[in-house]
Parts: sequence; structure tokens; C-alpha cells
Amino acid sequence: MEVNGGDRLRELLFRLCDARSVSGDEGEVRDILRQELNGDVRTDTLGNLLVRRPDPAGSPEPVRVMLAAHQDEVGFMVTRIEKDGRLRFAVVGGIDPRVLPGLAVLVGADRIPGVIGVGPPHLLEPGAKPPVPRAEELLIDVGCSSREDAERSFKVGDYAVFATRAREIGSGLVMAKALDDRAGCAVLVEVLRGEYPGVELHGAFTVQEELGLRGARVAAHAIAPQVGVALEGTICADGPAREEPHWVTRVGAGPALSLMDRTSIANPALLDMLQGAARADGIPFQLRRSAMGGNDAGAMSRALEGAATASVSVPCRYLHGPASVASLADMAAAVRLMNAFLRELSRTGFRSRP
Amino acid sequence: MTVKEFLTTLSLAPGVSGFEDPVAAIVERAWSDLGCEVRRDNLGNVIALRRGTRPTGTRRLKVMLAAHLDEVGLIVTRIDRDGFLRFAGVQRPDFRQLLGKEVTVHGRRELPGVIGHPPPHLLSAEDSRKLPEPEDLFIDAGLTVAEAAELVAVGDPVTFRSGVWELKNGLLAGKALDDRSGVAALHQCLQELERSHPAADVYAVATVQEEVGLRGAVAGTYGVDPDLAIAVDVGYGDTPGVPEHLTWPPGKGPVIAVGGNVHPILHRDLIALARELDIPYQVEAIPGPTGTDAWAMQVARTGVPTALLSIPCRYMHSAVETIALADVTRSGRLLARFVCDRDLSYLEELAWK
Amino acid sequence: MLDLIDRLTRAHGPSGREDEVRRLIAAELGSRVDGMRTDALGNLIAWKGGDGPRVMLAAHMDEIGFMVTHADDKGFLRYAVVGGMGHVGLPGQRVVFPGGRVGVIGAEPVDEPKDLKHEKLFIDPGTDAGIVVGDVAVFHRPLERAGHRLIGKALDDRLGCAVLVEVARRLDASPNRVFFVFTVQEEVGPTTAGSLTAAYGLQPAWGVAVDVTATGDTPKARPPMEVALGKGPAVKVMDQSLLCHPRVRQALEEAAGAAGVPFQREILERGGTDAGAIALTREGVPAGVVSLPTRYVHSPSEMADLRDVEGAVALLLAFLSKPLPGM
Repeated sequence: MEVNGGDRLRELLFRLCDARSVSGDEGEVRDILRQELNGDVRTDTLGNLLVRRPDPAGSPEPVRVMLAAHQDEVGFMVTRIEKDGRLRFAVVGGIDPRVLPGLAVLVGADRIPGVIGVGPPHLLEPGAKPPVPRAEELLIDVGCSSREDAERSFKVGDYAVFATRAREIGSGLVMAKALDDRAGCAVLVEVLRGEYPGVELHGAFTVQEELGLRGARVAAHAIAPQVGVALEGTICADGPAREEPHWVTRVGAGPALSLMDRTSIANPALLDMLQGAARADGIPFQLRRSAMGGNDAGAMSRALEGAATASVSVPCRYLHGPASVASLADMAAAVRLMNAFLRELSRTGFRSRP
Repeated sequence: MTVKEFLTTLSLAPGVSGFEDPVAAIVERAWSDLGCEVRRDNLGNVIALRRGTRPTGTRRLKVMLAAHLDEVGLIVTRIDRDGFLRFAGVQRPDFRQLLGKEVTVHGRRELPGVIGHPPPHLLSAEDSRKLPEPEDLFIDAGLTVAEAAELVAVGDPVTFRSGVWELKNGLLAGKALDDRSGVAALHQCLQELERSHPAADVYAVATVQEEVGLRGAVAGTYGVDPDLAIAVDVGYGDTPGVPEHLTWPPGKGPVIAVGGNVHPILHRDLIALARELDIPYQVEAIPGPTGTDAWAMQVARTGVPTALLSIPCRYMHSAVETIALADVTRSGRLLARFVCDRDLSYLEELAWK
Repeated sequence: MLDLIDRLTRAHGPSGREDEVRRLIAAELGSRVDGMRTDALGNLIAWKGGDGPRVMLAAHMDEIGFMVTHADDKGFLRYAVVGGMGHVGLPGQRVVFPGGRVGVIGAEPVDEPKDLKHEKLFIDPGTDAGIVVGDVAVFHRPLERAGHRLIGKALDDRLGCAVLVEVARRLDASPNRVFFVFTVQEEVGPTTAGSLTAAYGLQPAWGVAVDVTATGDTPKARPPMEVALGKGPAVKVMDQSLLCHPRVRQALEEAAGAAGVPFQREILERGGTDAGAIALTREGVPAGVVSLPTRYVHSPSEMADLRDVEGAVALLLAFLSKPLPGM
């Protein structure tokens, strides 16, 4: 296989997606990232991995930029071991309960497989629409026959992830769990390889984003950015179930720039600069056409005396599900866009408003 | 003062969120008497410092222990023309628990009253199964219009009125045991530390406004700026009608939480210590928000390694909350020993590998 | 003061796009303050007074609005709401974009009124020129006067801005260091970003927000609430974001007494203000709120009483003229 930026990105993305990193238990992704990164790298009290790249030009007042991508993913946590050896669980982050029946998961650090089963359809009332089982009613069957049996391999507090392996599908698309936000992590690793004179660049691989932007909040408090950009895997509903005005984003149309969401409003000057950089370099991009959702930009904008923030996101279909789908070209374009944006920032500096 | 006496005093004292002064004064005095430096911060948190012994003159490990002072309660919103008092919850009230309950209106003086309800004879079978509408609720403090105008003002807090009841097997029932039990556990811890001279600086913080959104802990943790923090709150006790897997029975020891809100090393070490001391404990997996001060403490400033101990409590947010005294003293002992064993070098263990 | 309110409500300033309001307020303040600056998020911070404790007064510049998320080939625009807004009553309303282009809110046909949602509504600007995804419209309504009553859009919280401007102009000498903070992004987000970051920077000893509040004086108003139009400004006891600090409440009530201004006590069961964020910055800031009773909040036709607004000015002038203790 030819080794170039694209292959490197895909290879890293697949490793990151297959790692287990449910909010609060991000060790595996952190370890992979630590191997990819060099220089000034540290882990803070919550588990954020913080990378600092001093201004290569040594300017007296470089622009302090924080780029955030989150390490964590949605998943499951074992809350009790039942008498019959099955595992009671809670959902970590937002998961549609309709995806749970018939799902395979991997439990604990040893990735022990388990299944979430429901009764056979034969036993349902004919013709009636069965109710959606609530997560609290479901159990993970790991094949154990009793509590004692299960307690040899599992304990309360173990995390579980979707048992999905990353793979390519169609042409240029990837299907994997946790593209939100391993896509952003992979993009950020690539962006950190660049040199941007006049910019003091901080890469923050944050924890607990899915629990309420908690890692980014303390990371931003430490970094005190002037400019913050969240690199995200974002919602995309470009399927047949919805009309085009309500798709939010479209896979393959380039990285999506947020206007606003439930946690922040993009700084207009920053948004202009991102769009200008994309146009100048012929990089495809789209505007994210929704105000729903939220990401680490919300935490960065509120830190200390505030920061100008924006979000650059890779559109991901079936977000927070066992198998989400995104475009490698969108990811590569996100890397190019961030390169172009940071170079522009090097050239012009930043003013948060005219 | 024994822990039971202290907790009884705390339980009987009024302290609705935002109006914690009466109960705060008791804690302030008690912790001063234990030789701590005590202050109240801008929001009203009671912050007691027991200075560590080692090393002298330089930086010491700073440990924050927190339990909240405030209780759920009501607030007067209007005085009706006939002297009845209309109210809102300071936090959303449990509408199942209001009718017929005795209350104290904290007006110009303490006014006993009751939340009125219609005689059952006038209710249809269907009506008696429905929760009351908020606008139908009122407090009858037996006041004339003139008395009400003189003694009560919009904004006066209202507490539930209850005794403290000793049930069988060391169980204690009363109001506001959520989370005065936690405050009592901190008290027990401070008492033990009087004898044991820990190396670390220990900040015992009785927080305010937890029940309206962990507000005291937000500001209090910023102010204390600890190296690590442990919250003590109450957890769900076993209760009829609540699935067993969501509850932890009183009397079987404090509940040590695991999940995103809890630093895994703190969790590991608390369990190891409980085993070593032969203190029974239970484990609760909480993947997301814990709804306790720990949730706010963890993200103060640049982040704080945090843990959570819960004292099992039946019938939470009622006037008959029920806990086991033994769980309170066990929590206090566990905290005291945990603190005693630690100094600045512990921070290296807490660093993520 | 009526003219000032008219100018302020006329200005276009949805959350995140408060520039026009900020420029207007900066011009209105001119040299009547000791200095002013704009911070990273766009808060306008002006200051005046002595070397005493720092007092932060906050009123928010932003108003609710409609952000364009999609334009079809015929020029019909889909939107996301900026801030809290129901869809009831929107069809037929006029909205205005920056620069003055007006649009009408139209609706797709629905079988039942309950099927009407924001997704079924659109903005029709008549022609397709010049509006792009990301542009934000606000309600298009002039300020009207009916006796003492004011009717208009964005009284929430341009009334508060007007109060702060008026207080800043009239405040001769205050022993306290007074910061007039015109905040951004109060209507959006889990916490109000503007007041939070401004308070973090200013580290005030006292925080007071001036904002509108709901009333209980309309037919069958729910929940029952004491506050009514025309009975004076309200001193807040609590809302969902804040339990007001007893010392701040007391000082505000005493100031009302000193100024001879009637006041009401307010308990708001739904909603919050900038003061909630200010109170939780750093080690906590004692905070309170002077509220302006307003009916039909977040509609194109909010209604308030000019006497309550003037009362708030007098109350705050009395509050600031006394040396306040540090906390």
C-alpha cells in the first residue's frame, strides 16, 4: 500500500475507532494518541491529553489557539451483576434505545463479548407494534450461569463498547463506531504535524465531552485560548427519511462549519476567516444547518474571560450508533482547511471583531 | 457531642437552599469547637480548615471534603385575601408528599402550619388518585389577613416540620438527613483527625445550594482550590416500588461510586482502605452526572481528582428520610483514615499513566 | 428616556450578532463614563465612579431571533430559532434582517394546528436577493406607547440596557467602582456566556442584573405570581438560575425605600438571568436582580410600564450612591 497522508489518516482513524474509550475510561485512545505525538505532551487531572506547540517564529505575542477533539465515545457501564449471571447496564452518553436489541458489545478491558437480546418475535402479539424496550429492562448476556461465575470476569463499573470493527465501505467511506469524535482526533493529530509561525498552538484531546464538555472546560481553563476550534464528528441526516432542508450536513460535501448550536455561537470573524481560507485554497466545505447539538466549543467560549470559537466537523451518519459512516475525503479536507486557516492566522493575526 | 446528637440537632434546624444560615451557624460553632479555622464564603459555604502537620512551612496536600447543608423546601409566593399562603418549591417539589404535611413558615417568627387539602368525602374516587395541581395548594398557618400581612412576606422560606425518630436496628428518620448525614460524617472525620494529626491540610466544607444545582460547590471548590476532593451525599435506599438494582440498603455501609465523576485511583484506594479497616461498603456504578457536589468539584479550575461516598437513604426528599447511623460513622472513619494516610506524594499516584 | 428605549429596541441584535446594539450604546454613553472596552465575546464594559468595592451591573443586549439554515431555489428560507421561542403565533409575523430586508413567516399546510412546528415554518423574503445561510432575522415591530405602557419587540432586555445607560449618565459620583456591563448571548446556551466571562474578568464584590420578568396580572396567569405592571420594579428573591444573596436583596430594597420607589418582590418559577452566571464565577459573587415586569415576554409585542423602568433607574442610583461594603 502506498504510504501517503490519506493512508496514514485512515490507518490512524481505524486504530482509534476500534479502541475502547467510553467517557470516563479513555485510557486506550489516550495511549494511541500519546504514541503518535511528540514534544510537549502532558495528561491533566481529568485525563485530557494536552499538546503544546510553541510559536516556531518566536513572536513576542503569538495568537494562542486551542484545537479540541474529544477522546471519549458513548457506550455502556455495568451497574449490577444479576443472580443469573447476566449484566445489568446503564447507557453512557446519548444512545437511541432502538439500536440496543440484538446488539453485540465488548465488556471490560479484556473485551469479553456479550449480547443484548430480546425475546423472539414469534411471541409478540400478531400485528401489534411492540413497545421499544427501555435500556433499564435489558441485560447483557455474557454466557455466565450465575453471579459467582460472572464475578470471576466482571465487576460493577466495567465499561462496554459496541463490538464494531472499522472498515471501508462503498467508495471512500468508512464505517466504524465512535467516529464521533475519533474523526476529530485523527484530524487533530495531522494538524499538529504542521508549523504555523505566529501561532502558539495547543491541541487538546479532551475527555468526558459526552457527559457535558467536562474535559474541555478544565483544559481551556489551563490553556486560556484566544481562539478555540472544536474538531468534531457531527450529526448528519442525509438519508431518505428526511427532506434536504433538514439534513443538517451531507457526507462527502466537505467539513461542516457550525453557525451555532446549543452550547455556543460561532464567532463571526472566525467563521469568515475559515470560509475565506477554504475558498482561497479550493477546499470544499459546508455550513452546518442546525442549531441542535453541542460540542467543546461551548466550554472553550466560556473559559476565564472568554474566547472566540468555531467548530469544524466531519459529517457522520448514524452518530452515537454502533456503526456510523463518514467520508475520508471530508476528513482530509478538514485537515487541509485547518492548515490553511492556521496559516492565514499566522499571516494576519486575529481580531475577534471588526 | 455524639454523632447522633449532632445529626439530630442538624436535622431539626431549618436550612432551605439559599436560606441556610440557621443550620450553618450550628456547624460553624461545632467545627470551631473542634479547633478548625472556620469561615463562610460569599455564597455562604461553611469552610473549616484543619491544618496539616507536614511538611511545615511549605506546600501541603490540600484535601477537600464536602457535604451539603441545604434541604429541600418551599417559599411563599403570595398571601391570599383570606390569609392563606401560596407557595412554590425552591426546587421542584414532590407533589405526592405535600398534602397534609406540617410545615414551618419562617416569617418574622416561626409559624407552624399545614398544607391544606379537601375532605376525602368530597372527592370522587378518580380525583383521589390524581396529584394535586400546584395552583390548588396552600399553607394554612391559621393567620388572619392582618396577621399574615404583619408576619409573612413574599420570599419567606418554608421548611417541612418533623421530629427525629429512632427506628429499630440503628435507623434514624427525619427531615434533611439528605445531606446533614453527610455533614455529620464530616464532623465524625474532624473529630478523629483531632487525635491523629494528618500531614495534609483538610478542608471540611458544608456546602450551600446543592439542591438547586450544586451552586455552593461550584464557588466553594474554586475558593479552596484542592488537590483532591471527596463528596459525601446520600444515595437511594431500598424502597418498595423502586427496582432493587437502583438501591443500596442502609446499614450495609457507605456506597463508593465508580464512573466518570470519580478518579479511578481514588475509587480503588477507598475500597482498599475500607477492606483494610473492615468497614463494610457497597459499590454504585454511575456512568454520567452523579447529581452531587462531586460533579461540580471535579471541573473546578483546571480539574480536581474527585470521589463520592453515599450514605444509603430511604424516602429521599421527604420529612421521614431514613438512614443508618452506622453508615454515617463508617463514612467519617473511612474519610479520616484516608486523609491521614496521605501527603503530597499521593499526587504522583493520581497522575494518569 | 422613551426616545432612548425607542432607539434601543429598533436596533438589530440577535444573540451572537449584537454589534449594532453595542455601537449604539457606546455612542449613547459617549463621554458620560470614565472608560469602556469590548471583551473577547463582545460584552461592552463601561466604568465610572470611585475606588470603592466593584459593583457589576449587567443588562443583556441580545434578543431572540431566527437564523437561516437553508435557502431553497425559490428563495424560501428555513431557520433555527435563536433563544427560547415557541412556534405558536409565528405565521404571519414580520421579521427583519440586518440592513432592513423584511420577510414574512409562512407555514406549510397542516391537518391539525398541533402539527405545526418550526420545521413546518419558513421565512418568505419576497425576493431571493442577498440573504445567505447564517443570516439572522429578528421580529420587525415598532415601539408603541399606550399611556404609561410600552409595547414592542426586544423590551427583553433593551429596557435593562436603557436603565443602565440612564444610570450611567445620571450617576454623578459614586463611592463605588461601578461597571456597566452590556452582555451578549444571554438568551442562548446552558449558561449565559457573556455575563459569566465578564464577571470572571471583573471580579466584582456585588453583581446586579437588570432584566425583564414575567407577571401574574393577566387573566388566569399561571403560576400565580404577585408581580404586576405599574407597581414598581421588582427585587428578585429567586428564579431557576439564582437564589439572590440576602445582603444584595436587602440593599436593593433599602435603596428603593431611600429613593421613595415602590417595589415588588419577585419569585420566578421558570427562567433565569445573567445574575445566575455572575453569582457562580470564581469564589462566588453575591448577586441580585432588579426586574422590570413585562407581559408576553419573547413575543413580538412585549408590554411593560415606563414608570417601572424609571423606578428602576431611581432605585439603582440610590443603591450606587451609598458606599457599599466589600464582601
